[in-house]
Amino acid sequence: MEKKVIINEERCKSCGLCVSVCPKHVLRISDRINSKGYHPAELFDNENCISCGFCYLICPDMAIEEVRRPEPVKK
Amino acid sequence: MKLIYKKPDTITKRDTTYCPGCPHGIAHRLIAELLEEMDLVKKTVIVWPVGCSVFGYYFIATDAVEAAHGRACAMATGIKRTHPESFVISYQGDGDLASIGIAEAVHAAARGERITVVYINNGNYGMTGGQMAPTTLIGQITTTTPYGRKPELNGFPMHVPEMLAALDGPAYIARAALDSPQHIIQAKKFLRKAFNAQKNNLGFSLVEMISACPTNWKMTPVEAMERIRKEVLPVFPIGEFKVAKGVE
Repeated sequence: MEKKVIINEERCKSCGLCVSVCPKHVLRISDRINSKGYHPAELFDNENCISCGFCYLICPDMAIEEVRRPEPVKK
Repeated sequence: MKLIYKKPDTITKRDTTYCPGCPHGIAHRLIAELLEEMDLVKKTVIVWPVGCSVFGYYFIATDAVEAAHGRACAMATGIKRTHPESFVISYQGDGDLASIGIAEAVHAAARGERITVVYINNGNYGMTGGQMAPTTLIGQITTTTPYGRKPELNGFPMHVPEMLAALDGPAYIARAALDSPQHIIQAKKFLRKAFNAQKNNLGFSLVEMISACPTNWKMTPVEAMERIRKEVLPVFPIGEFKVAKGVE
């Protein structure tokens, strides 16, 4: 499945606010290092993400660029 | 995939110069989102203050002016009076608005100038290293109050929205907080009403936003947001203090 949260890792400053507000705990601070020297946040569990957008709302660096929700499946 | 949220195009590609976890970026995003939603980007002039947000014009792509310390309200008055068709926002911190610029802010409010003030309150002078500001809480340790702020020596914290709500000029005065997604959604609602107050030519509008300063509070960003909820919001309660008819 496509990623529900698009994170611009170069903008991230590893403050951890998105991780703290995520109700489903699907975000974490990764081991990678961006060009500023911070460990960017990453979405590690795309399946359980509910696209609530809390991470987008709290992100102070506009690093979370898009939050998307899958279209409901028609029966 | 349905798009729920998207970073506003008015926010530039340049990275912000703020410390990690500084809510200035949240306030910038709320302003940019609302300007796009209300179709005001082309006629907006933002007056940036002296403080951490001094380079704000790098991050929001609107017309901008840089004011001297504390004079943003006076400058915004001049811009609005010479260009009445423009949409003028003054973005100020607590050291800027509540200390050196209190005279300009109070008189702009008393005259009922058609400007919107976004007032960021983080309880200290963040840019210069965390000195005491008028909004520092009693007992809070800063670099100039190493034993905590004492009322008999340093006075009491200043409640700007309550003060200005007593005047006749303001159309909309409110206080919001930027500590949690719920409060950020509420802050956007308050800011929309403040923008409406100017758009509908009703009078002066101000929204105070309770912010954090993780670096100078010597906390992690998550701890700083918790401190807002536990210590700051009981002293500075969220709410609308003056709502004129027609801001909805």
